[in-house]
Amino acid sequence: MEGILKLTTQNVEYVAKLARLEVTNQEKEKFTAQLNDILLYIDKLNELDTTGVAPMSHAIAVTNAFREDKVAESLGTQRALANAPDARGEFFRVPKVID
Amino acid sequence: MELYSLTIHELQEKIKNGDVSAMQITESVFSRINAVEERVHSYIRLMKEEALAAAAKADENIKKGDLQPLTGIPVALKDIVCTKGITTTCGSHILHNFVPPYNATVVEKLSAAGAVFVGKANMDEFAMGSSTETSYFGPTHNPWDLERIPGGSSGGSATAVAADECIASIGSDTGGSIRQPAALCGVVGMKPTYGRVSRFGLIAFASSLDQIGPFTKDVEDCAIMMNVLAGYDPKESTSVKTEVPDYRRFIGGDIKGWKVGIPKEYFVEGIDPEVAAAVQKAIAVVEKCGGKIVDITLPHTQYCLAVYYIIAPAEASSNLARYDGVKYGLRTADARDLMEMYTKTRRQGFGAEVKRRIMIGTYALSAGYYDAYYGKASQVRALIRRDFDEAFQQCDVILTPTTPTPAFKIGEKTDDPLQMYLSDIFTISTNLAGIPGISVPCGFTAAGLPIGVQFLAGHFEEGKLLQIASTYEKNAAIEKRRPTL
Amino acid sequence: MEFETVIGLEVHAQMLTDTKIFCNCSTKFGGTPNSHACPVCLGMPGVLPVLNKKVVEYGMKMALATNCTINPSNSFARKNYFYPDLPKGYQISQFAYPLAEHGYILLEINGEQKKIGITRIHMEEDAGKLMHDENNPVSYVDLNRTGVPLIEIVSEPDMRSPEEAADYLKRLHEILVYLEICDGNMEEGSFRCDANVSIRPKGQKEFGTRAELKNMNSFRNVQRALEYEVKRQQYLVENGQKIVQETRLWDDAQGVTNPMRSKEEAHDYRYFPDPDLVPVMVDETWIARIREELPELPLVKRERFVKDYQIPAYDAGVLTADKALALYYEDVVKLCGKPKQVSNWVMGDVLRFLNEEKRDIRQCPISAKSLADMITLIEEGAISGKMAKDVIDDMYKTGKPPQDIIKEKGLVQITDEGELIKTISAIIEASPNQLKDYRGGKEKLFGFFVGQVMKATQGKANPQLVNDLLKKMLAG
Repeated sequence: MEGILKLTTQNVEYVAKLARLEVTNQEKEKFTAQLNDILLYIDKLNELDTTGVAPMSHAIAVTNAFREDKVAESLGTQRALANAPDARGEFFRVPKVID
Repeated sequence: MELYSLTIHELQEKIKNGDVSAMQITESVFSRINAVEERVHSYIRLMKEEALAAAAKADENIKKGDLQPLTGIPVALKDIVCTKGITTTCGSHILHNFVPPYNATVVEKLSAAGAVFVGKANMDEFAMGSSTETSYFGPTHNPWDLERIPGGSSGGSATAVAADECIASIGSDTGGSIRQPAALCGVVGMKPTYGRVSRFGLIAFASSLDQIGPFTKDVEDCAIMMNVLAGYDPKESTSVKTEVPDYRRFIGGDIKGWKVGIPKEYFVEGIDPEVAAAVQKAIAVVEKCGGKIVDITLPHTQYCLAVYYIIAPAEASSNLARYDGVKYGLRTADARDLMEMYTKTRRQGFGAEVKRRIMIGTYALSAGYYDAYYGKASQVRALIRRDFDEAFQQCDVILTPTTPTPAFKIGEKTDDPLQMYLSDIFTISTNLAGIPGISVPCGFTAAGLPIGVQFLAGHFEEGKLLQIASTYEKNAAIEKRRPTL
Repeated sequence: MEFETVIGLEVHAQMLTDTKIFCNCSTKFGGTPNSHACPVCLGMPGVLPVLNKKVVEYGMKMALATNCTINPSNSFARKNYFYPDLPKGYQISQFAYPLAEHGYILLEINGEQKKIGITRIHMEEDAGKLMHDENNPVSYVDLNRTGVPLIEIVSEPDMRSPEEAADYLKRLHEILVYLEICDGNMEEGSFRCDANVSIRPKGQKEFGTRAELKNMNSFRNVQRALEYEVKRQQYLVENGQKIVQETRLWDDAQGVTNPMRSKEEAHDYRYFPDPDLVPVMVDETWIARIREELPELPLVKRERFVKDYQIPAYDAGVLTADKALALYYEDVVKLCGKPKQVSNWVMGDVLRFLNEEKRDIRQCPISAKSLADMITLIEEGAISGKMAKDVIDDMYKTGKPPQDIIKEKGLVQITDEGELIKTISAIIEASPNQLKDYRGGKEKLFGFFVGQVMKATQGKANPQLVNDLLKKMLAG
């Protein structure tokens, strides 16, 4: 596999937007440098040939963890909204969403 | 001897004999907190009122002869476990006002076992850090040297035990966040097998790595805590139904003939010489106790940190997407539209380290990079686990240093993330493989800073860890020093 | 230029479970906003999902009914994106390892069967609901629907016209409802459809640029939207313009599709395996058990009705369109035989009554037993077909069995020969002239005598019996 590409400030901008993080220009520079350091370090994984190795996404091989289809009590509207920074009536309120 | 300086098992004896009341113990702990908390800053929030009420109730139960495993024992909770009706911040501005309407399963279990909750312990924001410096609520100081970090991310839980601001505490460990601060603060800390202790109500950092475990003053207390914490939880899909033994019965068990693996990859240049010397001494003690030292290899050790710094941020970037200013926690006051509400809320709510990890993780999962980063890391993770499976064919337990260095100075590494990440170099592999690990004090540097030795075992072999750690603890006879505060 | 239309459909079907896919909250439609919500579906910190087993089993039913291969190990992934109706900032779905793949269903097109491929069926959670304020720049979020279980059924781009697409959709809908895993209610969103549509010059192999259509909430709208979109794309191509790959919303009132207003970000969902959920392992035993639970599917039932009951394909189609109706029909036939007569009564009178009141067969006041009894009474000659029309009307109105109604109304046919002979004798005696003419060859007068008998018996005489007796007695 080819070495991993160096991250540009454009990449950082794109990623910040995907992650919904506002970053200042100064932060952008700093993140670009720091992330490149980290990515360079991570690049060492490419030394390894992992052809045919099954990826591991769980630490322990548990399977078939199920729940029965039985209704339990919900929180109720009031408690569901109790922590909301902006609740109106029975709803969470947010700046207008455009379809 | 002040009550606050005793262990769980010592206090249990006194309670059983009617020598002390739960109220006296709780008051003793709070008097200690009064005296030292200002300097150490173990807690984000104290729960004095609740604690006194719980202690009163414990005393009623004691009178009735109803003695549970932790009746009347003051316990601190890392502020990452949700407590019903009590603000749970995860060390973050974004959750500064979040009041969960539920308890974490461990909180329910500890409560049912009679524990008295002292408060919510300080931590690195969202458990991302190795020094407890990234907390929105300010850093915690190492009680052995207030200029130094206590380790992290469960720094407050470690210092609360080390500084006698509680009798035992709960932490969480994603890459070493229990064992590393335990080592740096001179206490015992265990990360159980993944799936052994319920994660329900543990605010997620990296879900496939996170595990809750105890901090205690000695290994026997660790077993007592594990008896309460361990067990299957139907609320967690990754919880394991394996039977839980009585961990106390492993305490003091002999280790004659046990093969103790020493992985050569963990004894390399870069380790602080005083740490190396202390760990060598620990190996000698283990040998003297009948352990047979075997050289083993964990060939993919050098890749652990890289794998970890892909998988953990990737999972975190997704786990932390829920902090969006809609349902709970912080919302920015100056958003003109929805996009701004998201980006400004998250900018204001998260600290630099959290943002950095969200960025790495988002990048590692983004279109075109998944295979190179997350996919590759997940494959190497399988190789790392295989290393351990093979190693445990040759030995019963593995012995390593817990950390490469003793506690560093506050501010020393905050601007160099990679250097900071290297302090977890010996603890991370455990989380990747899902196996249990324990850190036990093994001495002090000349400057008086604690050093820890780490034991690792196969999945669900916490008993073995407690057996060797307690035997080591007894025979090493490490000087019983307390931090002078 | 002649064009060929290429359509693929993505159907989201809400599973008819009592609880959500990953928590114990109710899935009931409606309810106070944000009342069917708990820490898990609200995406609160630290909480964890646990899979509802019934969702898996329902999904397996659909997979088997559409000839899919169930993946022995399938698992969940996170689809990451920010939206106020998505409390965790990701949707739990299946990505690399869906529940089932490689299936198909059969359509009847101009009397021929056509296979429409099913690419995959996967399980996922629904999002919440947003309401927009007309006067202020705010929206309101209701999370009751968040976490409601869905299966997504993705078809191959195998459909070649809007009619085919509508037909496919109806067949899929029918199967889901037959399996009793989805209520199929399109208005409440229990059955939703997005369409990918493109055109290409006839004979060309490569697909054209496609548009994704959303917001069509009835079969009719799906067809209308597709028809419009095909025309739009043809117009663009014929005028040398390019088709843009985009998502377009169907505007029902205007009858057009429009591009979505919001700037669409490049979709970068950052899918990765959900570490909080474990793989679902499906073995042969489990599949066999689910297979056993499968009801007879619509197509099979239709063919069986034609074969076993000897009714026209049209009748079989109507009777099996609704599983409960088919069941009703079979219950009646079981009790009284005469499958064609039963079909006539069910399709004629019963369905007409129900349609007038927009009721379905489950709410029909005429029990299968009552209808069977009525048909038997006709067969036995106890009532005439004409009388039965009045009787069934009352049966529907009152829910009473036919025997009661016949008794109450005094509608019982006179089948007593002795009684009829007496009546006929009296009429013959009173009509000497007619008798003479009849015997003289005026056979038309036979009708006159029948009329007289019916008049005398207030129409209750069994017509067949009257015929037979009259013939004999008039002959002398």
